[in-house]
Amino acid sequence: MNKLLDLLRQNARLTNAELAAMLGTTEQDVAAQIAKLESEGKIMGYTAIINEESVDETRVTAIIEIKVAPMKGKGFDDLAHTIMEYDEVDSVFLLSGAYDLSVTVTGTSLRKVALFVSERLSALEGVISTATHFILKRYKEKDHVFSEDTTDERSLVSP
Amino acid sequence: MIDYDKLIPGRIQDIQPSGIRKFFDIAQSVEGVISLSVGEPDFKTPWAVRKEAIRILEKGRTAYTANSGLIDLRRAIADYLKESIHTEYDPEKEIIVTVGGSEAIDMALRTLVDAGDEVLVPEPSFVCYSPLVAVCGGTAVPIVTRREDNFRLTAAALKEKITPRTKALVLPFPNNPTGAVMRREHLEEIAEVLRGTDIMVLSDEIYSEMTYNGAKHVSFAELDGMRERTIVINGFSKSFAMTGWRLGFAAGPQPVMRQMLKLHQYCIMSSPTVSQYAAITALRSCRDEVDKMVEEYDMRRRLVVKGFNDMGLDCFEPEGAFYVFPCIKSTGMSSAEFCERLIYDKKVAVVPGSAFGASGEGFVRVSYAYSVQHLTTALGRIKDFLKEIEK
Repeated sequence: MNKLLDLLRQNARLTNAELAAMLGTTEQDVAAQIAKLESEGKIMGYTAIINEESVDETRVTAIIEIKVAPMKGKGFDDLAHTIMEYDEVDSVFLLSGAYDLSVTVTGTSLRKVALFVSERLSALEGVISTATHFILKRYKEKDHVFSEDTTDERSLVSP
Repeated sequence: MIDYDKLIPGRIQDIQPSGIRKFFDIAQSVEGVISLSVGEPDFKTPWAVRKEAIRILEKGRTAYTANSGLIDLRRAIADYLKESIHTEYDPEKEIIVTVGGSEAIDMALRTLVDAGDEVLVPEPSFVCYSPLVAVCGGTAVPIVTRREDNFRLTAAALKEKITPRTKALVLPFPNNPTGAVMRREHLEEIAEVLRGTDIMVLSDEIYSEMTYNGAKHVSFAELDGMRERTIVINGFSKSFAMTGWRLGFAAGPQPVMRQMLKLHQYCIMSSPTVSQYAAITALRSCRDEVDKMVEEYDMRRRLVVKGFNDMGLDCFEPEGAFYVFPCIKSTGMSSAEFCERLIYDKKVAVVPGSAFGASGEGFVRVSYAYSVQHLTTALGRIKDFLKEIEK
C-alpha cells in the first residue's frame, strides 16, 4: 500500500513539506515520487469533493445503467469511448452483473438529463436498454461524509 | 450553620484543583478558540464496537455483571495481556474490570497506601496520582524527569527518592504529557533498583497501543521477577477510542487483587454492562482499526514535531501517547503566561506544562488527537504568535 497515495486521497492539498513530515522523508523525495506517479499515469489529476447540490440547487446528477448487445469484433470499449466523448458524461464504468455500463451524467435539470439519455445514449448502436437513476442525496463520497454534524463534542481542554 | 471548613477533613480540602481545570475556564471564556488541549482520541469508537453495544441493549442485557467483570471479557483481557506484554494473568482471580483506568489507579492506591506511606511519582505526569495518594493519607513524592533524558525515569533519580517509607512507584509510560516511553533497557535499570525491596509498581499503561518508531510497548510486569510487584493498569479509552464508555482494567498478583476487589465491590459493584460486552468485541476483532488509528497518529506526530522545531521551539521527539511537549523557554515566558497569551492573541489552546507538576514549567502540552487540517491551522497560528512576540 502506498502511504503517499493514501494521504493524497484524503487531502490532495497538503504541501510537499507537510507530506514529507508525515511520511518521515524529504520534500524532494515527495516531489520526485509524485512526479513519477503522475508521469506513469497513476495519479490522473486532483479535484475537490464538492457537495454539489448545496452549491447549485438546479444541478442534477444521474447514474445510467446501460445494457449492451455484444457485437461481433467489437468489445464494450468502442461504445464506452463514444459515450465518454459527451461533455455531459462525468464517468463511465464497465461493470459485471445485471447490466454492462454505468454512466454518470450531470445536467442543469431533470428534463435535460432525461432527454440526453433518450436522444443520445439510447439511440446509440448496441444499446439494448437504459435505466436512469437520479441522485437525491449524497451521504458519503470518496470517504467524506456529507450532511453530518461535524462539531467536535469533546471539551476544549481535558486531562 | 454548619461550618463546612471544620466538617470536611483537611486532607480533602488541601487537594488542589487540577491546573488543567483552571486553564479550561480561561479557554472557555474566549470565543472561537481552536483547541490542541484534548486528552482523548478524535476518532469515533470502531463501528463494530458501537454496533455490538446496540445489539446488547436490544437484547436487554442491562443487569449487573460479576463484580470483577464479565468472565468472557476477563478472558479476552488475559489473552490480550499474554499477547501484548507476554505476561499471564488468571482471568478468575487476577483481573478486575474497572470504570476507566482512573478507577483502577484509585483502587490500587487505596489497596496499597497506608497513612505515612510515600508513593513515588515521576513528573511531569497525569494529574490524578498525587491527590489520590493524599486521600489515603500518604505522600506523593515527585521524581523529576528531564528533557536531557527524554523525560525517562532514570535509576539514579529513583534511588535518590527511595526511603524506608516508600510503598510504591507509579510508572506512567507512555507518558501524558511528555509522550516519553520507557524501552526495555530503561525498565531493566529500574527493576535493578527495586529488586530485593518490597516496593510495588503501579504501571499505568493506558497509552500502550500508541508507540512509534518501532518502539513496541514493554510492560514492567514482563521483566524478570517483576510480575509479583506490578499492578498493570490499562483500558479501552485511548487504544479503542472509547473514553466515554468508562472502561479499564487492573491486572496483578492474586493476593493484591483479592483485596482490591473488595473495594471495587463496595464502591462500584460492577462496571457498566453494555460497555463490557462492547469491549469484548473491541479486544477480539478491532486490531485493524487500532493499527489504523496508530498509523494516523504517527503521521500527525511527525508533522507536529517538525512544525514546532521549524518554528524554533525545541521539541523532543515523543515515541508514545498522542502529545508533544515543546519547550517554550526561549520566549522568556512562563508556561501559564505563554498559554494565556496564545489563547487571547491567537485563540489557540494548549496546556501549560506546569499543570502536570512543577517540572513541567517551561513546556506546553500539545495534543495531536485532531485532524491534519485542524493541526496545520493551529500550527500556523502559533507560528504567527511567535513572530509577533519577537517584535
